[in-house]
Amino acid sequence: MTRTPEHTVIVAHQFENLEQQFDADLLGMWLFLVTEALLFSGAFLALAVYYHQYHDTFSAAARELHWLLAGANSVILLTSGLAVALAEQAADQGRRRAALLGLLATIALGLVFLAIKGYEYHSEYQAGLMPFLQQPFAYDGPNPHNAMLFYNFYFVLTGLHAAHMVIGLAVLMVIAVLTWRWRDGARVARQVRIAGLYWAFVDIVWVLVYCSLYLVGR
Amino acid sequence: MIRDVRTGPAPRHHYLNAGHGLASWFLTKDHKRIAWLYFVSITGFFFLGGLAATLIRLELITPNGDLLSSDAYNRLFSLHGIVMVWFFLIPSIPTTFGNFLLPLMVGARDLAFPRLNLLSWYVYIIGGLFTLIAAVAGGIDTGWTFYTPYSTLFANGAVLAAATGVFIVGFSSILTGINFIVTVHTMRAPGLTWFRLPLFVWAQYATSLVMVLATPVLSVTLVLLAVERVFGVGIFDPSLGGDPVLFEHLFWFYSHPAVYIMILPAMGVVSEVVSCFAHKRIFGYRVMAFSILAIALFGFLVWGHHMFVSGQSIYAGVAFSLLSFLVSVPSAIKIFNWLATLYKGHVRFDAPMLFAMSFLGLFLIGGLTGVFVATLALDVQMHDTYFVVAHFHYIMVGGAVSAYMAALHFWWPKITGRLYPEMWARVSAIIVFAGFNLTFFPQYILGWAGMPRRYHAYVEDFQLLNVFSSAGASMLAVGYLLPLIYLLWSLRYGAHASANPWNARGLEWTVPSPPPEENFERPPRVEHEAYAYDTDA
Amino acid sequence: MAADQDRWQLLLFPDAASSVAGSVDILFWTMVVVCGLIVVLVFTLLLVLSVRYRAGARVDRTPSPKLFNNRWLEIGWTLPVLAGFLVFFGWGAALYVDIFDPPARDGEDVRQINVIGKQWMWKFQHPEGIREINDLHLPVGQTVELRLTSQDVIHSFFVPAFRIKQDVLPQRYTRLRFTPVKTGRFDLFCAEYCGLSHSGMVGKVVVMAPERFQAWLQRRDRGESPAREGERLFRQYGCSGCHGAASRVNAPDLTGLYGKPVPLESGETVTADAQYLRDSVMFPSRQVAAGYPDIMPSFKDQISEEDLLKLLAYLQSLDESSRADAPRQKETDAP
Repeated sequence: MTRTPEHTVIVAHQFENLEQQFDADLLGMWLFLVTEALLFSGAFLALAVYYHQYHDTFSAAARELHWLLAGANSVILLTSGLAVALAEQAADQGRRRAALLGLLATIALGLVFLAIKGYEYHSEYQAGLMPFLQQPFAYDGPNPHNAMLFYNFYFVLTGLHAAHMVIGLAVLMVIAVLTWRWRDGARVARQVRIAGLYWAFVDIVWVLVYCSLYLVGR
Repeated sequence: MIRDVRTGPAPRHHYLNAGHGLASWFLTKDHKRIAWLYFVSITGFFFLGGLAATLIRLELITPNGDLLSSDAYNRLFSLHGIVMVWFFLIPSIPTTFGNFLLPLMVGARDLAFPRLNLLSWYVYIIGGLFTLIAAVAGGIDTGWTFYTPYSTLFANGAVLAAATGVFIVGFSSILTGINFIVTVHTMRAPGLTWFRLPLFVWAQYATSLVMVLATPVLSVTLVLLAVERVFGVGIFDPSLGGDPVLFEHLFWFYSHPAVYIMILPAMGVVSEVVSCFAHKRIFGYRVMAFSILAIALFGFLVWGHHMFVSGQSIYAGVAFSLLSFLVSVPSAIKIFNWLATLYKGHVRFDAPMLFAMSFLGLFLIGGLTGVFVATLALDVQMHDTYFVVAHFHYIMVGGAVSAYMAALHFWWPKITGRLYPEMWARVSAIIVFAGFNLTFFPQYILGWAGMPRRYHAYVEDFQLLNVFSSAGASMLAVGYLLPLIYLLWSLRYGAHASANPWNARGLEWTVPSPPPEENFERPPRVEHEAYAYDTDA
Repeated sequence: MAADQDRWQLLLFPDAASSVAGSVDILFWTMVVVCGLIVVLVFTLLLVLSVRYRAGARVDRTPSPKLFNNRWLEIGWTLPVLAGFLVFFGWGAALYVDIFDPPARDGEDVRQINVIGKQWMWKFQHPEGIREINDLHLPVGQTVELRLTSQDVIHSFFVPAFRIKQDVLPQRYTRLRFTPVKTGRFDLFCAEYCGLSHSGMVGKVVVMAPERFQAWLQRRDRGESPAREGERLFRQYGCSGCHGAASRVNAPDLTGLYGKPVPLESGETVTADAQYLRDSVMFPSRQVAAGYPDIMPSFKDQISEEDLLKLLAYLQSLDESSRADAPRQKETDAP
């Protein structure tokens, strides 16, 4: 699958050949993503249990969120997913410039996402919907106690996702530098592919976060 | 004559003399040296947890709680639980013997991700430091279970530091698990098909699956607990409509499978040892392999049996009870298969075999009393009493630690290139078996009579059995300190071991003791099934 | 010597003082015998096989005929184990359902007692109004139903002699029903770790002959019954302002509500049990009854667990009296 000139092949000492190494890397990344999915699943499960219990309150609380802004964010993040997929393809075909462009576009879109997310947090802070760190909770809908529970989940889940975004962006930046240097084409292509896998996961989790926090109540 | 087989000249170059100085250890990527890093650190944690246990048993000699304050007692049993579960039992066999042996057993030069392997040791150490800081900075008194709302709203002490430590060490498990799974999938030597793998490898594989699938759920549970405690973000806080029982569900969804993280590798070890010292192919190899997988899988479905009196629906209780009975069937099958392996074998009673036999006996008793607590009406009485304490110590100490000791003695010549004094090792095996039963069997009776666990002071009627238990604990301490002495002694004074001192099968015995840095000069080619003992009995 | 014997007796055969304790003990000892036999069997096999086939022993080791080495052997020891386990499962489950969901017997006089756990004591209130701390006096032979809740963390109500245990949760009611059948003083423990003085959260359940219990009741300063106190609190907290018969606010009438189905605004139907009524006081908007505006204020942090339990007792008593007084009227109320 990966065709490379012989002289650039660098196989880690524990592997017999490049193919075995790539299989191992890819399987490792997939397994890591499984653990990541399970990490989020615990929080999603807890949210689902409470949603079931306090359905009306949670729906009402969800309607206070900026679903349009977050919707725009979804579009931005999915576009970044497209960009990283294009970068993967370009790297695989040995087109360095295109790969680099794709990666930079992904990073830029990721940063825009975080900026919008930050603005959302800020406006929720001003609206008094940040029920911790001794902040006053100024929610005027029904059943503020249970609504507070919803906002707690909102901040925990989106915060956890944002933390993954930051890690993903850091990884992509490193990969972009490697792509810019382009020491060993086949190796870079693999690295882009594996980083892209992680970014795709971050995308998918966002879609789930968006649906379960912003849309379910509508 | 036998000594001739066991001893042999030391190889000129091996992994232990392949590098010198601190950096050659702390920056090593060699799985065999990383195993040593783990050996040293988990031994430290084992004796720290053991010290806490000693103080607990000293306190419980008298009913009045006069040696320690309640506060100190609560902190000690919490420390004991946290250290023993997360910093000894869960990493014990996988990170040491798994690390050392997995590449050797599959015929590879190293694990798939050597750097990740080293990283997971550092992650483990950082997690351990957080826990030690928690212990020093005021301690933690929630028990190892961290039940809310006590842990989040009421407990004083360093709950956050301890939870952070456990959270971090979880990632060490996850990374090790990923490394093992990938290694088994992609790095088997030519000819080594899945059904030629030693059962130890199967067990490591199943354990890794459990680690990878269950640990993240614990991580997120601890994150939720931490944000609740630090930021005052109510997640399980009942006054916000949160549900502390939900925390119990999430906690046990990890912590029950965690029991299988402890016992599955032990089963792998015992399969290797029994087969070697009976000099016979393991009976029912495929059944053994599948029952390992079955235990790992069913282990995910039974968490609710920790909550029969928690106020969850009683019909959920009925379902969880049924599943708990089902998970014990594969374990029963394994016991019969090990026994059948002895039939028409050539049984030798070297120290590893004595430890493996005590595993069999203690695991059997622990398993059968597990059936008692899986029985709903009995669990109503047993839950949160010493019966449960005795039950899980039979599994985790009688089972997992005995197997760890069996592994330690079985592979010691391979790992160090030295033989230990056999006589002392047998003495230690016998002392541990006797001391263990004296310590924990009385606790079954105490539990049945109604003595609750985590009690600093207790009703006077319970004193006699508690005195027995404490006496047994002092025997147990001797039994565990003895190997520390003679094994260390053997590092310097023991005779040089041959490549295969036990006349065992398996790829790890085909390389010199200790193995060279690259394990195999050329990738081995596997022609036989595992345990090909019958070929030249 | 005799004292020692008594002590062992007490440990191995602890008092069986409730109506279910005897059945639990039969199950326990049956399992002890069966599992004990398995342990003996396996230990014997382990010793006999390993000694008989020890290395160097001259015994016949020719491979067994195929019949013996095949999967029938595996099946042969799996099926009996499975069957045995299923028997124990079914037995234990039936008994468990019996303990926690006992069939209601008509006309049974159930003694309702409120229990509050807090760090680190047990508080009880009898239907006659008598309060106790850590000790609970009961008449022998009368079924008791505890309504348990916690003021802080999770506790667990455990009386070994009764073979019963139930966790006690904050903001939630759990219940436990049992019948003491022997007189005596029995240990009460908190079984769920609850902090510093967890091991001090103990008490005694004192089971007395009925006539002695009556005498005990007489001696105690009774106070008012929880239901009567609840009636007073119903006015004091202003509940009657909206829920009273003369009120002009559109609030549901609570007479005869207890235990009945309540249609909700969301379209669901719930039973007006203790938990629902409690939640309606603490979190009124959570489950709004159909046809009523969501205007009730929350009483969270304004009402103690004791007062809540008394209000509940009052609401429950309304149910009983209305059923006795006006059965016909209730029927015409139905659509």
